[in-house]
Amino acid sequence: MKSLKMQILEILNEDCRTPLERIAVMTGSQLTQVAQAIEELENDRVILHYSPIINWDRTDRERVEAMIEVKVTPQRDMGFDAIAGRIYRFDEVKSVYLMSGSYDLLVLVEARTLKELALFVSEKLSPLDTVTGTATSFVLKRYKQDGVVFVGETADKRLAVSP
Amino acid sequence: MSNRFVSPHVAQVPPSGIRRFFDIAGTMKGAISLGVGEPDFVTPYHIRNAAIESLLDGETQYTPNMGLLSLREEIAQYLSGRFHVSYDPAKEIMVTVGASEAIDLALRVCLRPGDEVIIPDPGYVSYAPCVTFAGGVPVAVPTLAADEFRLTAARLEAAITEKTRALIFPYPNNPTGAVMTREEMEKIAAVAAKHDLLVIADEIYIELTYAGEMLSFASLPGMQERTVLINGFSKAFAMTGWRLGYACAPREILYEMNKIHQYAIMCAPRQAQVAGIQALKHGRENGYDDVATMRTSYDRRRRVMVDALREMGLDCFEPRGAFYCFPSIAKTGLSSEEFCTRLLKEQKVVCVPGDAFGQSGSGHIRCCYATGMQLMLEAFSRMEKFIQSL
Repeated sequence: MKSLKMQILEILNEDCRTPLERIAVMTGSQLTQVAQAIEELENDRVILHYSPIINWDRTDRERVEAMIEVKVTPQRDMGFDAIAGRIYRFDEVKSVYLMSGSYDLLVLVEARTLKELALFVSEKLSPLDTVTGTATSFVLKRYKQDGVVFVGETADKRLAVSP
Repeated sequence: MSNRFVSPHVAQVPPSGIRRFFDIAGTMKGAISLGVGEPDFVTPYHIRNAAIESLLDGETQYTPNMGLLSLREEIAQYLSGRFHVSYDPAKEIMVTVGASEAIDLALRVCLRPGDEVIIPDPGYVSYAPCVTFAGGVPVAVPTLAADEFRLTAARLEAAITEKTRALIFPYPNNPTGAVMTREEMEKIAAVAAKHDLLVIADEIYIELTYAGEMLSFASLPGMQERTVLINGFSKAFAMTGWRLGYACAPREILYEMNKIHQYAIMCAPRQAQVAGIQALKHGRENGYDDVATMRTSYDRRRRVMVDALREMGLDCFEPRGAFYCFPSIAKTGLSSEEFCTRLLKEQKVVCVPGDAFGQSGSGHIRCCYATGMQLMLEAFSRMEKFIQSL
């Protein structure tokens, strides 16, 4: 049997708006146990944040996204952490990953317009001392994110009534 | 409907009560269905892919009547590893077109005209008609909410006559979700032995057991020689549309079952069989992770549904297997039929009237929790409105 915390993580990962009362029912535990487990998960920074998955394309918000492959020179004693820290402090940066392969950092950037994003690369990212090269790819369409499919039908293919 | 060429033997059997309900529900837009009888998971990718690969490799021919030997070997390993029953894949296991075919075959092989077959009531819709088609006489034995819908040895014994030939033993149960304990199963086994009954154990939902032991009837001491074990891939591996089941029985019985199958069916579809091999092999090598994931998901929704139905004021026995709740709607003063028809018309929620599963199901409805959580919650709020409006 999985620990209560692991079960809670699975349930919240599917729907972070699941009320505590329902989590208690789903896991067969007491409300207070659930509340305490979640508090501990938050304090231990296992749960960092609760946020929805939004299809911004269906809103009128102007927005461009890019994935930037960044090559850097690692620093003595600090490895990639120091430069990653410099990069993730920019507000435009949504995610930063250290990668294996032909480049070092994958940086997900969001801006209002293409121009803003280009300026971010040329004026903020590229000038950093240890950055030796960047390759920017713009996101054109989002098909699936965090397990959620953005396009196409999700109709139930089952018969409405069957024995 | 009548036609002079139709045999009265067939015409006398009414169509499934579920079917009639389906016709109403099928035409309604925006309805939420809790009337479904299958998983809401798609067959795991690696299983689907195995079938695609086999098609691309040109595996489009018949298989042996009993099914691919490698599939029967996997089934044998699965049953011994998971349920501690041992069957010879060469002579005691056959692959069928769904578990439904296996039930039909077992009845046709074992029944003489007029033989009685005991069926726990409420129960799956095809048992009684299949008994009738096979020339037997179905005998319903009520199971009650007070007994947690388990078949009691006393009720079984009371229904036995000198014509009783067989018992259909379907646990975990559709529609009630009942699961038998080992102790109760042993009592049933004792009665079966005493009266020399054949036991047709339909264990299609056995992997979806949430509380208590996952126990196969044939694993009880001395029972294997009088048991036809029936199982399949529909529920455990979310493979309903593949139509893949199997029967395990003493070789003399299986030999005769295979004879009918050989003449009437030939073999189960090859691609489904290949997919079945993948399902069991992957399961064996990975601790049956696919079914574990599905079981956990159903279990959470099971708890939510029981809780919600009770919140509505309905008496609801806590189901321990399958994926159905079977609450009593007696308090509303409506019959199952009226309740479901009005619920569908007034609030667009589909549930199945309990008496579609037999007389003892009257006063109940079957609600399936293999339904997305958000849809289920919406259905509950509609049901609550409906009940309050009564």
